[in-house]
Amino acid sequence: MSNIALRLAWRNLWRYPRRTWLTVGAMIFSNSLLVFSISLQFGSYEMMINNTLQAFTGHIQVQREGYLDDPKMRYVLPDITAMADRLRSSLDSNQIAARAAGFALVSSNDRSYGLQILGVEPEFEPFVSTIPGLIKQGRYLDKDSDEEIVIGSVLARNLKVKLGDEVTFLGSGRDDSFAAGVARVVGIFETGSADLDRSMAQVSLAYFQDAFTMGGSGHSITLRAATIDEVPMLKQRVKTLIAGRDKLVVLDWEVLQPGLKQAIQADMTSAWFMYGVLIILVAFSVLNTQLMSVLERTREFGTMMALGLKPSNLARLVMTETFMMASLGLAIGVFIGYLITAYLSVVGFSYPGMEEMADKFNLPDRMYPNVSLLSLTLGPGIVAIGCLLAAIYPALRLYLLLPIEAMRAV
Amino acid sequence: MNTGVFNIPFKAMLTLSWRNLWRNYRRTLIMLAAISMAVWAMIFMTAIMRGMVDDMLHQGVANLPGHIQIHHPGFRDDPSVVNSIDAPGGELLAALNDSQTKSWTSRIKVPAVISSERDTRGISLLGVEPESENRITGIAEQVVEGRFLEGDDDRGVVIGLKLAERLETRLGKRVVIMSQDPDNNIADRGFRIVGLYKARLEALEEVNVYAARGTLQKLLKIGDQVSEIAIIDKDFRDIESLYAKIKAATPDNLEIRAWYELDSYLSSMLNVMDGFVLIWIIIIFLALSFGLVNTLMMAVFERRREIGLIQALGMRPGMIVYQILLESLLLLLIGLSIGNALALATVLPLESGLDISSVAEGLAMIGAGSVLYPNLRLDDMILANVVVIMLGTLTSILPAWHAARLDPVQAINST
Repeated sequence: MSNIALRLAWRNLWRYPRRTWLTVGAMIFSNSLLVFSISLQFGSYEMMINNTLQAFTGHIQVQREGYLDDPKMRYVLPDITAMADRLRSSLDSNQIAARAAGFALVSSNDRSYGLQILGVEPEFEPFVSTIPGLIKQGRYLDKDSDEEIVIGSVLARNLKVKLGDEVTFLGSGRDDSFAAGVARVVGIFETGSADLDRSMAQVSLAYFQDAFTMGGSGHSITLRAATIDEVPMLKQRVKTLIAGRDKLVVLDWEVLQPGLKQAIQADMTSAWFMYGVLIILVAFSVLNTQLMSVLERTREFGTMMALGLKPSNLARLVMTETFMMASLGLAIGVFIGYLITAYLSVVGFSYPGMEEMADKFNLPDRMYPNVSLLSLTLGPGIVAIGCLLAAIYPALRLYLLLPIEAMRAV
Repeated sequence: MNTGVFNIPFKAMLTLSWRNLWRNYRRTLIMLAAISMAVWAMIFMTAIMRGMVDDMLHQGVANLPGHIQIHHPGFRDDPSVVNSIDAPGGELLAALNDSQTKSWTSRIKVPAVISSERDTRGISLLGVEPESENRITGIAEQVVEGRFLEGDDDRGVVIGLKLAERLETRLGKRVVIMSQDPDNNIADRGFRIVGLYKARLEALEEVNVYAARGTLQKLLKIGDQVSEIAIIDKDFRDIESLYAKIKAATPDNLEIRAWYELDSYLSSMLNVMDGFVLIWIIIIFLALSFGLVNTLMMAVFERRREIGLIQALGMRPGMIVYQILLESLLLLLIGLSIGNALALATVLPLESGLDISSVAEGLAMIGAGSVLYPNLRLDDMILANVVVIMLGTLTSILPAWHAARLDPVQAINST
């Protein structure tokens, strides 16, 4: 496009500065709002995913087919420690740990509660779960932790036990035999999630296998990827590594925690409905402005056509004007949105009632939006595209223009 | 106040504004589309969100259950059989049976372990009096196979479908339930499964197991003690008078709590929602207001010669402001009517329920069910309409003021 066409478009834009600024203002408003709320959304999703998965689930688990839907003692991975070792050396990662889980009635002198007991590898569990790091009293299990148990703080309170006390557990083993044991409480953890703190107890995998007649088997191998984006790749590699082994499945977090993915989806849907409304309103504003600006220039356009310009040249002129307006709205909107968001991503923000909601989703009390290139450009980009689309109708009208009649128009 | 057309009757003003509006019908139509869509979005989205929160509240309150609960002070922290309370008597019983109370029940709630031949699970064992329990939770209607408990000494249990599946057991089979009595002795006995229920939240099906209150009292050796007393009022949003009355009748050694104290998530949702509705309406309005001001600005600009002329003929600036505002008001009113009609047309057919089970587990996380019932509330509709009319007229003052300030001589001579 020639220089003169650009200059013409730019000058046309500022014939009525107030109108242009009002249209650009609508874009700036929507763009800054979109930058802020998309950043906030991304930030909270990421935090939700990380906080939920880091606590316990991990990013990927290898399990026996069917175990996820119906966690039965007999759906096992045989020789689980050897398998975990192999995965660790093949993937050259420590963030892999084997687990076994069973249900038992845990009793102290005063109280009994039915809950899940987990057998973990004490040397690797800290790499896949945050629970070992959240020991508030005592210590975590260590390599030869036989007959030792760590429990959540709420459970400790409910059982009325303290460090060093013994608890007994009663359950059924892999072969439906009677499983029982007496273990000493060596650590009490506090995750802040009352659910986890009330319902979890961990012993060493070796001890668990012994007590629940598991032999060398376990129920799952949990893996953690460096970042959430690497999960699909890691999943593929694990799949190749265990290929050929019967009835094993590799499950990622979306399958392990379907609620998490779906909560995000539900939130996304409602958020995009709102963004859609905003974007359409801005597009209407642009449509109106550009249509008016085309109609009021009918005479001028007629003259230009009489001088030899083709409708396509004029249409391009109108599109260029819109493009300039959209770019202006984009630049200023992203800038303002960035300032607001960057400020809030440092100081954080909260609104009344959020604390209780945040709790439900493993989020901290204050929200910190996550500014990224994507969150800065996604919303405003769509607004700009919407504006250009809205200008198509006014631009197309130029093809209907007849020079003689147009020049006579008032 | 001397000459000219300063006291035009309202009807003439209305005609004038109406005709002005349709001089440039394209612009007016585009603006109407924008206003209608904005109003539709305000009302539609609000109805959907309200429906979701209402559902969360109803279910949350139903799951607690009861709008008001009375416990042993230690029970909520340590839900053990040790923290049981005596069955209500005397003053409290009289207050509970008072006509103002819609319904109440007393129940036992203890942690227990249930075993089938195949598997073992931890559960929350509820000892209920079938008739009054059903009045509070409607549990009997949720039974899909077999029957609900009958009488205070029924010897069967009713468990959730999901739990039955987990335990690989079914209707008519026996299960063993194990808990502890106040002296920490294991208390266990076999029960026959007499009914299976299906809850709206699947998680509950796995946890809640119903047995008869009398049977459990015998098993746990607690005489006629219970764990909690649950009371419901006619509307859970308005329980203060009942709460105060029962509180006065409750012995001091018991703890009494209303639902909003028991579940702060639920009560905070209510407040967050009110704030959210207002913010949403205002944001949409702001996005709309740019277009509104722009449209009126253009209308004024196009007519500046004519405005100059009528000013020169003696029309006072106030009348010009009045006329532009009337024009804007007409535009807003038409847009509002279309927007409201659209909202009604889209929300009402959905009121029988919108199936969103594809994200059911996600919704379960926030405590909502998988069928959404939009809740179109009159006060939300009024709020949206009032915001658009009031703020819309307010923003129109800018272009109207601009028109009134035009210098007649310059305006007439402008091209």
